[in-house]
Parts: sequence; structure tokens; C-alpha cells
Amino acid sequence: MYDGGKVIVGLIICLGFFLSPFIYDAGNSAKPPEPQLTAKAKEAKTCVMDKSYMTSSHFSLLDKWRHAVVRDGERLFKAESGKIYNTSLQLTCMECHSNKSNFCDQCHNYMGVTPYCWDCHVAPKEMK
Amino acid sequence: MGLDRRRFLKIAGLTTLFGLGGKAAIQILAPGEVNAAVEALPLTEGKRWAMVIDTNKMDEKLMNACIEACHHEHNVPDLGNPKEEIKWIWKEDYHHSFPGQQHNYISEEVKHRNFLLMCNHCSNPPCCRVCPTKSTWQREDGVVMMDPHRCIGCRFCMAACPFGARSFNWGDPRKASKEKNPDFPTNQAYPTRSKGVVEKCNFCAERLAKGELPVCVERANKTKKNAMIFGDLSDPDSDVRAVLHKHYTIRRKPELGSEPNLFFIV
Repeated sequence: MYDGGKVIVGLIICLGFFLSPFIYDAGNSAKPPEPQLTAKAKEAKTCVMDKSYMTSSHFSLLDKWRHAVVRDGERLFKAESGKIYNTSLQLTCMECHSNKSNFCDQCHNYMGVTPYCWDCHVAPKEMK
Repeated sequence: MGLDRRRFLKIAGLTTLFGLGGKAAIQILAPGEVNAAVEALPLTEGKRWAMVIDTNKMDEKLMNACIEACHHEHNVPDLGNPKEEIKWIWKEDYHHSFPGQQHNYISEEVKHRNFLLMCNHCSNPPCCRVCPTKSTWQREDGVVMMDPHRCIGCRFCMAACPFGARSFNWGDPRKASKEKNPDFPTNQAYPTRSKGVVEKCNFCAERLAKGELPVCVERANKTKKNAMIFGDLSDPDSDVRAVLHKHYTIRRKPELGSEPNLFFIV
């Protein structure tokens, strides 16, 4: 190999450069998000579906809601408990979870997802 | 390494079986598919919503109030530039409202009168026929709905609509000038739209679902009773049918065959 030493040193430098973020962060893990419930959400105790479903699949439910309301004009949702909710992200979900930055955004940022709900739907004004 | 044909086939067969079974097992155990609990209850009963506007009872001030009420309710910003204008409800003179129904000797008063216009919620809507994503479609109760989630902004519907009832969001409505729209979004209970979607009057579908009248009708009737009448055209005992029976009414561009459901008493 011509200029073997230079090539190998170059490769090592490159490798070090690419691995630097991993080396820099070695041993530290990013803080997992802890979505916070508002007083109102705590008081309600149950969401429209059980907690594990809401944590893992709230987007599926929202998608179904969206379809039900916009396409089929069905604006009420009957929960398993028998309670009837208004099928609305803006009016029902955000009424309890009015802390969008501490409830929605925290996890979405951690997971690197950017749902476009808020391009149109109005988030409640938050007290700082 | 020797692998005879017989063994190879056995292994291949078993692998396939396991693969299929594994996939099915994952699908069964996958969380997130709960259909049983997701059932909703329909609310409105109308079969063919329609509106009658008594233009004799409307004046400029009242029309402006109706426009203001609608645009406030539905977060329609004032963008200033007429080329980017977004409108759900607007006013227009006779010549532009009813082309083809005018002549040289028309009453001076009618000639200069403005008419309150909005989406006609046609029975045979050309906009729905051209929409490539079914983003706009006709509901069973006759409302020509718009689903901004699906709209790709192709603007075929705008080209198809003979009434100019549709507007396109050339920019993000939330970036509308703060001077003209100090408290935008004006209605916290209704969404805005995003850049690149078409929007129009929805006959206040969200209010109909609650059993309320469209906001323009409510506003007009607050000042002048029966200036605007809303109801079910398919119900022979409805208010609209009674008014239509009693008064001579005209519609916009009936010759096009789109069957508008907006009637004007002139």
C-alpha cells in the first residue's frame, strides 16, 4: 500500500470523529420523558381508554376519532366505562391535558416524532 | 458439508411454517387494535340541508355582521391581499351573483344590491367529482364537506366550482398579520387550517351536530327575523319548504345543473 501510514492514521482520525458523539455520551443516558398530568387529569383518574393503550396507541385512537368525526359525522365516543365523550382532540383531550409542552411534546421530542396535529388544531394557552 | 435434497426441503418447509405462524402470532399479540370500544353515535337527522336568504331583509351592515360572525367562528384570517383572500361567506352584486339572469332593464335597486354568498352545497357538486383524494365529498345530509387532513392542495375543486366558493391557503394562516388579526385564532374551540389546503363554508357541520343553526343564520335572525332560513329540504313540513312554497326564489347559475341548495328571495 502506498502511503500506508498516512492512510491508516487518516482512517483512525475519521473513525474517532464519527464515534466522538458516542464516546462523549458514553455512560450517560438521555433522561426518559415523564409526561406530567395536570390536576384535572389526575382528578379524572381514567382516560377515554386504559392507560397502557393510551400510552402505546393514542395516535391510533386519534386517527379513528378524526375519521369518525370528519368523514362519518360521529362526534360522540362511548368509553368502556360507559361514559360518553365528545370526540375531539382540541375540546376533550386538551381539556384535561392542557399542558401540551409537558405532556405531549416531551415524549414526542424524545422519540423524534413531529405530529402535524398542531399545524391546525389550537393548543390551549399554557401558564408559565 | 452435505445436505441432501430431502433434508433441505424439510428445513425449508419448517422455516416457512414457523415464519407464517410467527407473523400471525405477532399480529394477534400486537397492542393497539381495540375496535369494540370505538363506537360513536350519530347526531343529526337532516337529509338535505338548504338555506333561503331573504335579500329584501338583508342590508350591508347585517351582511357584514354575518361575515364577521362566520369568520370569527371558523378562524378565517384577514390576509389583506385580495389575491390570497380566504373567504367562507362574502357579498357580491347582482351581476356577479346571477350572471345569465340579468338584462339591461333590471330594477336599479336590485342591480346595485349586494347578495350574501357562500358555498351552495350543491346536490350535484362538481368539486367532489374532481377531487383526487376524496378530501371533499358530499355527506348523506347534503353538506359538501372538506377534510383538510386529506387535502393535497391540487386546487382541482377550485377550478371546478362555478361559484368561487373555495379559497386556497397560500401561506400559513397563523402567520397572518397580527395587526389585522390581533386575537387569531379567534375561536379556541375550532381548528385553523395549514398552508397548502383548500377551505370553504361547511354549513357549520360542527354546529349542526349539536343541533344549532349555522352561525350566519343565527346572526342574521338576531337582527332581522327570518332574514335567513335554514332547514331540511327533504322534509315537506320544514321552514325552508314553507318559505320556498310562499316566495319566488332564484339560485345561482342553475343552468349548470349543479343544483345549488342556496335560494335567494329577490
